[in-house]
Parts: sequence; C-alpha cells; structure tokens
Amino acid sequence: MSNSMDDVAKYAELLFIIGSNTTEQHPVFGSMLRQAVIQRGAKLIVADPRRIDITEFATMHLRQKSGTDVALINGLMYLILENGWEDKAFIEERCENFDEFKATVMQYPPEKTSQITGISVEDLRQAAQMMGENHPMAVMWAMGITQHIVGVRNVMDLANLQMLLGNMGKPGGGVNPLRGQNNVQGACDMGGLPNVYPGYQPVINEEVIKKFESAWGAAAPAKVGLTVTEMMPGIPEGKIHALYVLGENPVMSDPDSAHIRHCLEEIDLFILQEIFPTETAAYADILLPGVTFAEKTGTFTNTERRVQMVHKAIEPVGEARDDWKITAELAQRVLALGGRELLSDAPLKGWDYATSEEIMVEVSKLTPSYTGINHARLDNGERLQWPVPTAEHPGTPILHTKAFSRGKGKFMPIDFVPAPELPDDEYPFILNTGRVIYHWHGGEMTRRSKGIMEVYGKPLIELNPDDAEKMGVNGNKTLRVTSRRGAIEAEASVTDRVPPGMVFANFHFPESSANELTIAALDPVAKIPEYKVCAVKVELVK
Amino acid sequence: MINLKINGKEVQVPEGTTVLQAAGQVGVTIPTLCNHPDLHATGGCRICVVDVKGWRTPMASCTLPASEGMEVETHSPAILKSRKTILELLLANHPRDCLTCDVGGSCELQDLSYEYQVQVPEWGTKGTRYIADSDPNPFVRVDMNRCIQCTRCVRACTEIQGRFVWTMAERGFDTHPVPGADTDMLDARCESCGACVAYCPTGALSDKMSYGQGRTHQVKKVMTTCTFCGVGCQFELNVKDGRVIRVTSTEEAPVNGNHLCVKGRYGYDFIHHPDRLVKPKVRRYLIEGKKKKTKGKPWEWVETDWDTALDLAARKLHDVRTNFGADSIGVLTSAKCTNEENYVMNKFARQVLGTNNIDHCARL
Repeated sequence: MSNSMDDVAKYAELLFIIGSNTTEQHPVFGSMLRQAVIQRGAKLIVADPRRIDITEFATMHLRQKSGTDVALINGLMYLILENGWEDKAFIEERCENFDEFKATVMQYPPEKTSQITGISVEDLRQAAQMMGENHPMAVMWAMGITQHIVGVRNVMDLANLQMLLGNMGKPGGGVNPLRGQNNVQGACDMGGLPNVYPGYQPVINEEVIKKFESAWGAAAPAKVGLTVTEMMPGIPEGKIHALYVLGENPVMSDPDSAHIRHCLEEIDLFILQEIFPTETAAYADILLPGVTFAEKTGTFTNTERRVQMVHKAIEPVGEARDDWKITAELAQRVLALGGRELLSDAPLKGWDYATSEEIMVEVSKLTPSYTGINHARLDNGERLQWPVPTAEHPGTPILHTKAFSRGKGKFMPIDFVPAPELPDDEYPFILNTGRVIYHWHGGEMTRRSKGIMEVYGKPLIELNPDDAEKMGVNGNKTLRVTSRRGAIEAEASVTDRVPPGMVFANFHFPESSANELTIAALDPVAKIPEYKVCAVKVELVK
Repeated sequence: MINLKINGKEVQVPEGTTVLQAAGQVGVTIPTLCNHPDLHATGGCRICVVDVKGWRTPMASCTLPASEGMEVETHSPAILKSRKTILELLLANHPRDCLTCDVGGSCELQDLSYEYQVQVPEWGTKGTRYIADSDPNPFVRVDMNRCIQCTRCVRACTEIQGRFVWTMAERGFDTHPVPGADTDMLDARCESCGACVAYCPTGALSDKMSYGQGRTHQVKKVMTTCTFCGVGCQFELNVKDGRVIRVTSTEEAPVNGNHLCVKGRYGYDFIHHPDRLVKPKVRRYLIEGKKKKTKGKPWEWVETDWDTALDLAARKLHDVRTNFGADSIGVLTSAKCTNEENYVMNKFARQVLGTNNIDHCARL
C-alpha cells in the first residue's frame, strides 16, 4: 500500500474497491471501511463480478464481466478526461507520457466500454462523476486485479487512474494493494523473489551482486531465477531436480493441481519444512518439522509496510525447531561439503546466529529500506513502516508524497486483452476462485481448527439461482464442475452473489479444490496465474 | 477552550469534551460500565454519575459535555451512595456464580462491586432467568443471566464490526440483547469476530473455546502478530501450562486495537493439533542408500534424529548441485514465516547454493 489503512479509513472521501473481497479476506480492514461509510459518510464504489458482502455498503456496485478490468478503468478515465475532471496541475508537475496514454484511453468511449464490461453507460457516467467530484479517492485491490494474465496491466491502469485524478501522495488516497498472507510483504522485502535481493535490489545489477558477494562471500550469477509457476513445470522438463520448500503447499495453492502432483512425482529430491503433513508432504523425501507463529520470535511486515514483532509464547512442540535454525544448520552442512568458495574476509558470510534479532541486524546492514529497523526499537513500542533509512527515522506511512520512486510518474498506455479461456459450447460457465472468510488458503491451519470446521466444514460452490433453476438444483445438491484440466464435486450454495453463467469455488478442501480446475496461464511479466477466469461445465450429480 | 473545575481542580478542555474525559485529564477516575472509549456513549448504566454545582440531579458524566464554569464533584458522599445503589440494582438479578464464571478477575462488574463493597442484595431475584450457554455459535458463549444491559455488544457489532447482529429486545426488567430477531448468532449473519465478547464488561458473552481453561490471572499474555492475513493485527496469546488457551485483543495493537476477525481470535487451535510434525522424517530409501523410484507407491517414512535428517538433506542437495548445477535447485520460501526466516532462505539460495531460483506464494 502506498498509504496506511487508518488514513484511508479516516480521510478518503471515496473508496474504490476493485477485485478485493475486503470484508472476508482482510476482515479487520474491511470493518474499518464499513465504518468509514456508516460513521463518516464516505462514498464507496465496489467493482466486482460477484455481489460480495461489502457491496451492501456501496454507493455503487459495478458488476463488470470477469477479466474486463482494463476496459472498465480506461472507460472511466475516458469520461474523466471528457469532463475535464483530471488533476491538470498534478499531471503537469508530477507525471510524464500523458499524451501517449491519453490516445489509448480515448479508444474507450462509454458505449464500447459498456459492451465489453456489461456495465451500463449510465452507471459508467455516474461512477466517473463520483471519482471526478470526490477527492481524495483511495483505490484498494487484491487478487481480483492481479490474478489474471493481465495482472500487471490492471495494476498499471489503476496507477494511471490515481495519477490522472491527482490522488497520489496524500492521506486518504493512493494505490493500495491488500497483500494476502501475513508476511507476503516481508517475504518479498527479504529477497524471496527470483529477480531481487533483499530491498528489491536487482539480481542482474553488477553493483548489487558485488555488494552481496563482499558481504556474504559469494552471490548468485547475474541471471533472474525461476518463479514458483515456472519451477513446477521445470521438473518434468528436467530443469529442476531438487526443491527445498519452507511452509508452502503447492498441491493446494498452485494452478492445475493434477499437473503439480505429476511434476512433484518426478522430482529427484524434495525437502519440505512444515508444521503439518500437508497434501504436498506426500511427495516429499525429507520432512523437517518447523514451528508455528506461537513458537517463534521475529517480525512480520503487513500490507502497509508496517514491521511488527512476533513473540514466542510457547516452546516448540515435540522436537520441532525454529525455522531459521533449521535453515542455518542446513546451510552450514551444505557449505562444509565444499564446492562453494566463500571470500574469507566477507563479514556476513557466517551462519552462527544466536537469535533472530541478530538476523535482523544483518538484514538492516544490507537492505536500505530496513536500515533503521531492529527488534529493540519495535519492542520499545516504536511503530515503523518502511522505508526506515536510519536508526532515528520515524518510518514512512505514506509513499510518493513529493516524487515517485523513479522521479516522474509515467502514464502507461494500457489496452484491454480478453482472458485466455472463455466459455464456449462445451464449457459454458466461467469459474471464479478465491477464499472464504473462515478459511485460510490451502486450509492447512483452519481445517485443523475445530470451531471453524463447525461453521464452514465442507467446500461449497456458489451457483446463481437462475442457473440452479434451469439445472434443477433445489436444496443441498451436489454439483460436478469440470474444466479441461480436472473435475470436482461439491455441494451447491445457491446464491445471487454470483451472476448467471458463473460459479465460484474455493481451494480450502483437498477433496474438491478449485485448483483442480484452474488454468496455469500466466501474466507474461509477473508470472501470476489466471485464477479468476477459466471455462467450466457444471452438472447436477444425480 | 472550556474551563471547568473537577473536585476543585481547574481543568481546560476543548469544546465537545465530556466531563468523564475532562476528569481523566486531571487524573480523576470515574467508574464506568456501559461506556467504552471505542464506542459512542449512551449514558445507560448511570454508574458514572457526578454532581454538578447548581444542578438538581446527578448527571451521567460519559454523555455530559463540559461547559464553561462547571463545578463537578465526582466522589461526594451522595454520589458514592448513588453508585452503590446502582450496583446493588445491577447485582439484584445477577447470578451468584462468580466462583465458576470464566471472566472472574477480568469482570468490570466484579471489580466495581469489590471497590464499592457492595453485596448481592438479599431481596434480589433467585434462580436463573435464561438458559446458560444458550447459543450454538462455537466461539461465543452466551449467558444472558450475567448481562447488565450495557449494550456494549450491540454497539461493538454496529460500530466496530459493522454487522448489526445484536439488538435489544423486550422492555423493562426483561430487556436483554438478542441476535437478529431473537434467532441464533450465525443465523443473524454473525461473522464470529468476537468483538461483542471483547467489549462485554461481564461474563454474559465469553470465549467458548477456552471456557474453564484459565482465568486472566492464571495465564501469561504474550503480545504477537497474527499469522493469517496481511492486515497485521496484533493480539495477546494467553498461555497456561505451555499451551495457548485463548487469544485476547488489546487496545495497544497499532492496526486493530480491540478488534480481530474470526481466524485471528478463534483460529488458534491448530497450534496444538495432534497432526503437528514433531520429529524429522525421511523416506526409507534414503536411509538404506537405495534409489528413489519415481513411479508407484512412495517409500515409507522413517522418523529420525535431526542430525541424520539434516546430513541427508545436505548431502543430497550437494549431489544435485554437483551433478546438475545450482540452477537445478528451486527454493520456495514462505509468506507465512518471519522476515528473519525469509532472509536466511534468500541467503541460502544465493550464497550457499548459488542460484536465484527462489520464490514464494506471493502470486498464488
């Protein structure tokens, strides 16, 4: 998030939620947004093909056809420009490439936009007017925007919208992706990505490589590595022979589960560090028992870049060990076997950490945005959002207040591209996938929580009442949903949350996970899979 | 700014400040029950009454705006007597079950009864009026016998969660909160966030999962950050005998204050689930030095000590790198784990192995 959750909740005049089921997936922030509407009268536009819970509080619900977000955003920007609602001073002073961008946007007049998105011209005009008249507007999104083959385009176009309206760098505005996992922000910050070292320092930059080489005694070659969505298919291709996995469950969370299982069957060596025998553990060769958050000390970084302490409350269960200790032990043993020369004078080459606090000290030496972050400051009650460039710096709640990271904000001309697999005669429904409020991701933790299973104990597939009537689905009937990649059976939840022609399934339960059906089509840049649109057929199991 | 006197002390406050808040500024604590700083004040319970010079009756300080020249007495004999009577009336229909109540030690009614030395009156109602544990919600234990009609649950659900589950039903002596149109909580669209429990001053609404497992003074509370979503809520893990028995929210939490969601507040029992991996395991072929078959039934698991498992893991990784190169190894780190753990995974891939093949589930 460029902004903080509390400033969005306090100061945004207009909230624009697109592709985020906020009250179910970020429930506490979702409640803050509900309160902004109830108590402060903030306006709310929700753009989502599903009638998700927060639409109850919306001033407008734009129910676009799945995968047409770029057309919708461009169409809104067309109307903003047509009416002169853009922030001319902001564009002039802070941005560049406006003319090229404008030429593309002008290709999306309301009638055409309406045709692509299924939203009426009148609604488009009303939404654009609300955006033109209510400042600041904060945009929130999540995987409904990013998990498309056009994920990067969608995000860039939302950035275009916020620059066009001059909503960047001020309280109550900004571009605000809501990160899914508790520490997905931190995992990215710490270099858990194939293209960057900690602090987003590019792996192909010679200076960066030198920096880490002299610190660690060795670094990786100047070549971007593989993403998770490339590693898995890389196994049967003979590119990947071994996997070392910490706390991930690709059989549940990756697209096209059947293919993932096939890939994992082929691997030579699979080391898995986990807390439970997950669906993925069945394919492992070595299982190393790690610990839950209750058994460890360290830090998580939340969606607004806030670094917070995790404190150990109980001893590790059984013989389980702190995860960083396991990795450090393994590192020492692999290094001892030779084949990797470390520069002898490298100050941070060692692995003999006594505490996680010592690791954070090392992080702060190598990661510019974390320079001023340490456990002592956090334990003293300081509230730090990165970048924190010095030990005295109070942190940065809002980004881009005076300039963008690259200097001027560059408008990007973005064109609409349809989803790769749309309904046809054989597979006439759109499958949309995601999570529900009660469960977490692959369900490893929440399926092992008794109360949660009492409330939501089996997979449900959302089906529109019109479709249900046509198919004779009356009451708790089982559906079979089939895609070109697999089939699942689960009970129907008949609800107008989904529009006619769409079903929605989750991936919390291994017996009928949506990812048996999803398509492994990827965004060309981000390599993120198309989880929100694929074609399926839906049948009543008799 | 407004100038007033509280117990003879001069105090200056901005317009809109209540007498209760003004008293807090000069270190005078006025007792409250229905009032909570996170919620709109209603002035319902009257325990915060104060005398204002020249005014005919005691006033509820939580809803009384400070005004110029006001002279307030917060602990005069008459006021103390009023408070005792109010407490006596609240206790008159309160069950005599403090011995077994889960919130003993963290009950605001108990604390005030103790402070004001008020007994349950002899003339009070005998017997219970409502079914204890009356709602099937698996997380929230409802016992309306202990309710003092403060409406904090109603306001928490409305003003914090925004779900409108609780409402007050009936009139007079029978007034009490009900979910929806007197149905059960889940049927009234409750999302089980537990805000009503967190804001309940008594044991009327309490945590069902930990009921009877440990009162507040018997547990060690450890502040930590939630393991589920990216909002970054903080809360206290309540630990007794080496086990996490409850999660409590706290106003100290920077992002969420007293608020949490169902997973954060009640989804903690996976920690002690019997499925937890408690010993390293390796496939038998590794112990016996045989080849891994890639088709058919997998080799059985063998539990080992840590040295055996780590030595095998290191040796096999070394072999793969020697035979196929560092880029034939993929490392997946975890968005569930800490920054420190992710950092060492990144260092492991790049320094120890020599590959940039490291990723995690950010895309999934």
